[in-house]
Amino acid sequence: MTVFDSGFGSSIGYGQTLPPDWPGGFWFHWGVFVVIILVFVLAMVMGFIYLERRGIGRFQVRLGPNRVGPFGVLQPVADALKVLIKEDITPAKGDKLVHWLAPVVAFVPVVMIFAVVPFQGGALLADLNIGILYVVAISSVTTVGIFMAGWGSNNKYSLLGAMRQVASVVSYEIPVVLSIIGVVLLAGSLSLSQIVLAQDIPFILLQPLGFLLFFIGGCAEINRTPFDLMEADSEIVAGFHTEYSGMKFALFYLVEYAEALAISAIITTLFLGGWRGPVLPPFLWFLIKVLAVFFLIFWVRSTIPRIRVDQLMAFAWKCLLPLALINLLITGIEVLVLPEALPWTIIFLNLAIMAVLIALWSKLFRLGGGRVEV
Amino acid sequence: MVIKTEPFVVNIGPAHPSTHGVFRMRTTLDGEVIVDMEPVFGYLHRGIEKLAEERTYTGVIPLTDRLDYLASMSNNLAYVLAVEKLAGIPVPGRAEYLRVIMAELQRIASHLIAVGAFLNDCGAFMTPILYMLREREKILDLFEMASGQRLTYNYMRVGGVSQDVPEEFIPALDKFVKVMPGFIDEYDQLLAENEILLARAKGVGILPKELALNISASGPVLRASGVKWDIRKADPYSIYDRFEFDIPTGSVGDCYDRYRVRIQEMRQSVRILEQALEQLPQGEVRSDVPHLLRPPVGEVYGHIEAPKGELGFYLVSDNSIAPYRLHIRAPSLINLTALRDMIIGWKVADAIIIFGSIDICMGEVDR
Repeated sequence: MTVFDSGFGSSIGYGQTLPPDWPGGFWFHWGVFVVIILVFVLAMVMGFIYLERRGIGRFQVRLGPNRVGPFGVLQPVADALKVLIKEDITPAKGDKLVHWLAPVVAFVPVVMIFAVVPFQGGALLADLNIGILYVVAISSVTTVGIFMAGWGSNNKYSLLGAMRQVASVVSYEIPVVLSIIGVVLLAGSLSLSQIVLAQDIPFILLQPLGFLLFFIGGCAEINRTPFDLMEADSEIVAGFHTEYSGMKFALFYLVEYAEALAISAIITTLFLGGWRGPVLPPFLWFLIKVLAVFFLIFWVRSTIPRIRVDQLMAFAWKCLLPLALINLLITGIEVLVLPEALPWTIIFLNLAIMAVLIALWSKLFRLGGGRVEV
Repeated sequence: MVIKTEPFVVNIGPAHPSTHGVFRMRTTLDGEVIVDMEPVFGYLHRGIEKLAEERTYTGVIPLTDRLDYLASMSNNLAYVLAVEKLAGIPVPGRAEYLRVIMAELQRIASHLIAVGAFLNDCGAFMTPILYMLREREKILDLFEMASGQRLTYNYMRVGGVSQDVPEEFIPALDKFVKVMPGFIDEYDQLLAENEILLARAKGVGILPKELALNISASGPVLRASGVKWDIRKADPYSIYDRFEFDIPTGSVGDCYDRYRVRIQEMRQSVRILEQALEQLPQGEVRSDVPHLLRPPVGEVYGHIEAPKGELGFYLVSDNSIAPYRLHIRAPSLINLTALRDMIIGWKVADAIIIFGSIDICMGEVDR
């Protein structure tokens, strides 16, 4: 049980910012943080939905929702209420149990990711010393839920979408994990709060290529444009949730945004220095960084067309994977050979390496794929 | 272990976000690859050709509005040209210019929708089409000034146009013509060199020159395949021989070429509009035509270069007040016949953009 030593039991790594007379023991801490996480996730998802709709509205030369409440801030609430009172339909020939279970299987792991995300120093449910490994493992479970949805719906569009999802997650998991290892090498720990504490300089500067790979791979895993193949509305209607309505659909909607929130939070923690920052309180810094990453995600969404399913695979295996391996190799060499080097040297070295590699790959690699003889 | 697989049938449409109406592709898929496709249409059939036999020659004009409802002005123009050819009715000079102005504005509006919808099919989440709708709104404002309508204009008449344009129309059009080239540049830069768009559209859905000629494709679909054929030049109608403009053509005939040709055509339309504005004369907009027109016995084929291709009206008259027979050569329908050859072997996602790049309007396909 060495794995859980710093995570459970009496010593919960309260860290530096929590007062030493923090009341209660393990269970109190557990209860409080479960409530905090649920409230945080739901509130942030509402905020994200509002922000994305308003933001994309601006990108698309229109206003976005502005009727419900001041500046339309209550629009997500209205949407949630609408979706709650909708009829819940199960396809007659669908697999009823799988269809019913799928949204739950998809939603629960996403919330569980936040168990190890440090909102500020010490403010997290469990400071697992294998934190990032836990995140990688648990976030993949969502895929099972989505494939269950595709299978249980007994709908061809759903199945196509679900199969695309499985394929993309299996492929993109690898570059994502490899780019995480670069960070772990630098921080010397798998624990998310230790990684944050190690970032005197945010790792985005020391690991620019790793950040890029993680961001792209993360977008692919949570199915954001240009990788939103599993729900590609112009191709397969709504993908895996074509047959869902009512609260089950709402859960999938929640999953989509909670995943975006999770990936923003993980990027913030791994690359942007987590809660650390001057002047403002730590939690506020965390929020600002999460929102900035999310802004980047929906900026991309409103700009770029979607890539095709074979191109998605080619991009993961032929472009991201080699780059991730090279990045890992270079990071390893740097950690081994230049442990005492000035950070600025490493920053410029890494930026130069990234520029060269990206230029090289944009010359070597073409998204392509063509016609199949039938 | 060998997993046994078999192709399965997916109905894309009739109610599908990307079928631009009620078109149905009955596709047989092997995984994601399309091995067979059977187009099914007719869901929007309203019997316009038959209805026309029960109406006066003027009464048919509103019906033509409902053909390609994204290019009603062009439909009006094609029909009235056919009737004028049949009855030998002269058209006043100002009316001719107004017709050309309306037809070219309509071409821009229709191409905006075509390009926007194509990019939307590529998965660019609504952004390009909303930028393009912004300019289309301005064109619709102009049409509203002239005809009072924003979708089905019913503006052209046999022997002219229904009414002269109001005085605020010309300054508004002048302003539009001045700003439009800048906006076309904006659309051009929006995604033209985007790596993902190139990967998705270049080399995809190639329509070879020979096949395009064989199926008698027309409009941007034919020109993208490298055939320089534009009825405005090949068989000039109305007063198109008075304007200078080029015919943009593609080289390969893939989706990207069709997209580029449409953008280039918008530039040429703006050029025509500039010249038409300069030359626009004063005077009557409608010649004297009897209410119940009785063209002499005979038959005629009038065709124009509509935004989607060659739009032709074949009219047979028996000297009564209604056409004896009306047949419409709808460019969308004819261009659609190439679809199966273009999409076999491509993936589902490609099928959607190939279909989108043909730019059809179901109102015209099903009539």
